[in-house]
Amino acid sequence: MDEDRLEDAIVALLKRSVIELPADVLWKLNKSYEKETSDVAKVQLATIIENIELARKLGRPICQDTGIPLFFVKLPKDVHADLERVIINATRRATESVPLRPNTVDPLSRKNSGDNVGLHMPCISYQFHDEDYIEITALPKGAGSENMSKMAMLTPAQGLKGIKRFVLDTVLDAGGKPCPPTIVGVGIGGSADLCMKLAKMSLMRPLDEPNPDKDLDALERELEVALNEIGIGPMGLGGRTTVLGVRAGKASCHTASLPVAVNIQCWAARRATLRAYEDGRLDIL
Amino acid sequence: MRELKLPLSLEDVKGLMIGESVKLTGRIFTARDEAHMRALEFHKEGKELPFDLNGSAIFHCGPIMRRSGEKWAVVAAGPTTSFRMSTLEPEVIESFGVRAIIGKGGMSRLTIDAMERFGCVYLALTGGAAVIAAKGIEDVRGVHWEDLGMAEAVWELDVSHFGPLTVAIDAHGNSLYEKVGEYIDKRLPFIKSKLGID
Repeated sequence: MDEDRLEDAIVALLKRSVIELPADVLWKLNKSYEKETSDVAKVQLATIIENIELARKLGRPICQDTGIPLFFVKLPKDVHADLERVIINATRRATESVPLRPNTVDPLSRKNSGDNVGLHMPCISYQFHDEDYIEITALPKGAGSENMSKMAMLTPAQGLKGIKRFVLDTVLDAGGKPCPPTIVGVGIGGSADLCMKLAKMSLMRPLDEPNPDKDLDALERELEVALNEIGIGPMGLGGRTTVLGVRAGKASCHTASLPVAVNIQCWAARRATLRAYEDGRLDIL
Repeated sequence: MRELKLPLSLEDVKGLMIGESVKLTGRIFTARDEAHMRALEFHKEGKELPFDLNGSAIFHCGPIMRRSGEKWAVVAAGPTTSFRMSTLEPEVIESFGVRAIIGKGGMSRLTIDAMERFGCVYLALTGGAAVIAAKGIEDVRGVHWEDLGMAEAVWELDVSHFGPLTVAIDAHGNSLYEKVGEYIDKRLPFIKSKLGID
């Protein structure tokens, strides 16, 4: 693996992720605009769509909050690359060159590192897969939506009803703050930490891709309809579009537990994926 | 769409109603948590601010700026969540004669009351729409309190047809967010029963 080339590609990946929204997000925003009836909501959605187009045309970040750098990496079983160093260097370089806003600070002293690199930051999740390529997804995430994250350890008796109530309450509490229309990631089961990770990882599934799990798919659809009937609307100013979608993931859990987590993504649902093949081929999807 | 020119008079802001779309032209100032705190400190100590907020607009924004030679240029400048400034804003409005707050997400009842008392409006800018916002910024006149960092410093901006902005809190004590809240309260029993969780 040519690490210098991979580093260049990750800089390009970060740039792409903050400038160009995935096609499925834009598709859903346009669809929502068609359905809106109130003028205030239509102005918000039209501004959002125009902003996305202008950002791509000018090569500028869609939102000034270019987030904290989150990476999800899938590795072949016999990987030979100092990936951590490559991703850290690429984050530093992208902060300077794109530019990204330097958001990473020490949690207590609040001192800003200036380059988005800090303790455990970028935050990188690794997982092995059966393919022969490395897949890296950049999911830069702003604070407005991340600050609305919540989790609860429900009792098994609270069951599916408890999960629905928790998601509804979390979206209601968030109101207009996470820049709706949002994508609502829901984690069910696992341990406390895994549950929140499931919620976040669910956000990576495109909005036009149904959940392969039949029960979760039904839950996603039911919650999407209900959440859009609340009337929070784009930017909390009222309207029919509060969420672009609900994405759920589950993991087995302890027989005495029912963890549930919600991780909200703003309409600027930025993500981009890179594949690095053994033969040197690099594809940004 | 109504076009407004800064500085704004009391009559200007009193004529605005919630739900209305406007665009702004003139001088505005970015300020987030840190700048609010420092401005109030200055006021308490009787020190004059290095900029004049009278009749002007405060923009809740932590922009991305890039220096080119002697000048600064805006890369992206969307609004930040206004609620964080809710405990500080009433005093800022009263102390400095601010006529408009630009942000996203709305502000607390205390701020709404202060806006009614002192003549100020809240203008909602679409969150995340940083490129549209930057497009409305014609010139970066300068930066104050740069030691607070790029996001927290006070950026003095000349804007032209900046918006669209939605009047979300007017100078008569009305809030669009509260209206939406009332609607939600009415809808909630129906939604809960549909989800089988009432």
